[in-house]
Amino acid sequence: MTLLLKDFSTGYENKIILNNTNFELKESEWIGIIGANGSGKSTLLKGILKFNPTFFGDVFLNGQNTKIFSRKSLSQKIAYLPQKINNSLNITVEELVSLGRSPYKSFWEFNLDEKDKKIINEALEILDLTNLKYKYINELSGGQCQRAFLAMTLSQDPEILLLDEPTTFLDINYQLKFLECINKLIKFKKLSVITVLHDINLACRFCNRIAIFKEGNLIDIDKPKKVLNKNNLYKAFDIDSYLIETPLGIQVYPVSKKI
Amino acid sequence: MIIISLISLAKGSVYISISDIWLAIFQKGEQINQTIIWKLRLPRLLASLLVGSSLGMSGALLQGMLRNGLASPYLLGISAGSGLVIVSIITFGFAQIFIPIASWLGAIFTTLIVYFLAKRGNKISIERLILGGVAVSSLFGAIQATLLLQAEDGRIQAALTWLIGSLNARGWEEIKITWIPIFIALLVGILLSRQLNLLSLGEELSISLGNSLFRSRCLIGAVATLLAASAVAIGGLIGFIGLIVPHFSRLLVGNDYKYVLPFSALIGGLTLSTADLIARLGPIEFPVGIITSLLGAPIFIAILYKRSSIKREQK
Repeated sequence: MTLLLKDFSTGYENKIILNNTNFELKESEWIGIIGANGSGKSTLLKGILKFNPTFFGDVFLNGQNTKIFSRKSLSQKIAYLPQKINNSLNITVEELVSLGRSPYKSFWEFNLDEKDKKIINEALEILDLTNLKYKYINELSGGQCQRAFLAMTLSQDPEILLLDEPTTFLDINYQLKFLECINKLIKFKKLSVITVLHDINLACRFCNRIAIFKEGNLIDIDKPKKVLNKNNLYKAFDIDSYLIETPLGIQVYPVSKKI
Repeated sequence: MIIISLISLAKGSVYISISDIWLAIFQKGEQINQTIIWKLRLPRLLASLLVGSSLGMSGALLQGMLRNGLASPYLLGISAGSGLVIVSIITFGFAQIFIPIASWLGAIFTTLIVYFLAKRGNKISIERLILGGVAVSSLFGAIQATLLLQAEDGRIQAALTWLIGSLNARGWEEIKITWIPIFIALLVGILLSRQLNLLSLGEELSISLGNSLFRSRCLIGAVATLLAASAVAIGGLIGFIGLIVPHFSRLLVGNDYKYVLPFSALIGGLTLSTADLIARLGPIEFPVGIITSLLGAPIFIAILYKRSSIKREQK
């Protein structure tokens, strides 16, 4: 499924944060969004999900304008994992993951049918949570907890996954594992993914394309190799940088701006 | 529950044996027993079950929606609204018959005011809801106190009994008016369990899972208010049931609202009928509100203490 943003402007209440954004997320593509604090990265995700009002422009899902989607039908297509997740929940992993089926249920429908159970078990399996499924969320480590929430979004059976800084609270090992999980999902489930990432180097290792935002404007979007150059990094983050070619691709070594 | 029901039918200033109860329920046996059971004890038992279960579920709904374990049905100004209406009816000497309906209207009206205060654009903010409830409550409380001071002597007594909460002399009249809305609200309440589970994930996730915050908050609030208002209409302001019962059922069945909600209703009914039984046992009849507060407060402190010690262990 493709997601197309056309002249998209969004923000909070009466304030426009994000101006005139145009880009397209292709099927099975992973776009990483980078930018300084307050550059509108999270706002973009929330705008796509219609948490925040759209001021101008449109978002198209497979050519259909999302204006005509109801909350429920939108959440059957797009799943979202916010930056802050509640890891003190007193429910089991399995219960959490089954909540992902909510968009498919009317409010008098209580029980999960066979199909739901199959999807839930599959999600648990893909994220390697099967033997943790009766554990409570508040007993899990940070990495396991993050995986449990990802499994929940997966049981939503979405075609597009929006992740807001999913690796912030994880150590390096779990960061890599988590992002590898997402790679797996893209491959097997044909998901298209947008992640907001603070770590530029992780972004350029995993994402197909990188979008750089500055003060609510998209300043460049392309393959990591083309986007990450001194000029763009200077514009977006106000830093100088050295770029290093490694066997895994380009990596950025940032330094403070020389006066 | 059945045991408590039987005991509470049997006990009282006149003891009736269990076999006599059966006879009386089917309108056989001694005339006096029939009268006591049908006119006094059965309606009172039903009233306590209805009131208790509505308070219990209402508390569970609100604690889930506000994600705050200190929330209780009275937080949204329900008590203040109906209290004010009742006190004014009693002090101005209107007919007592209107009390249930009036307290109902008062409660619902106040909750509407509080909701209106909390509404902003298309959103309902939790903090504003709580603060609005507190502000309206204290305003109405002040007016209520002023009215009480102005009232004639005999009427203060009547008003106070209501404010403390009592099931004394509740007959079929009150039950007839309130049982239908209570039943409907209990059913709808149980259906809201998934929305409560979703809300516990946090606002953003619950929206992205297809749940409209505005709609579910209005719905949950409406059901909780209806339940609490009906309970107040029958029994006056009975404290602590709505606060403690949800905690207790969460201890028993975990945090999945699919189980918490029905259990809260069940335990609420059970607790209140037991409390009412205790209230009737003494030589003088206590208002049941005193019993629930008297027993409820220490239990609540115990729960709080237990909670904080569990947290310390985890650290």
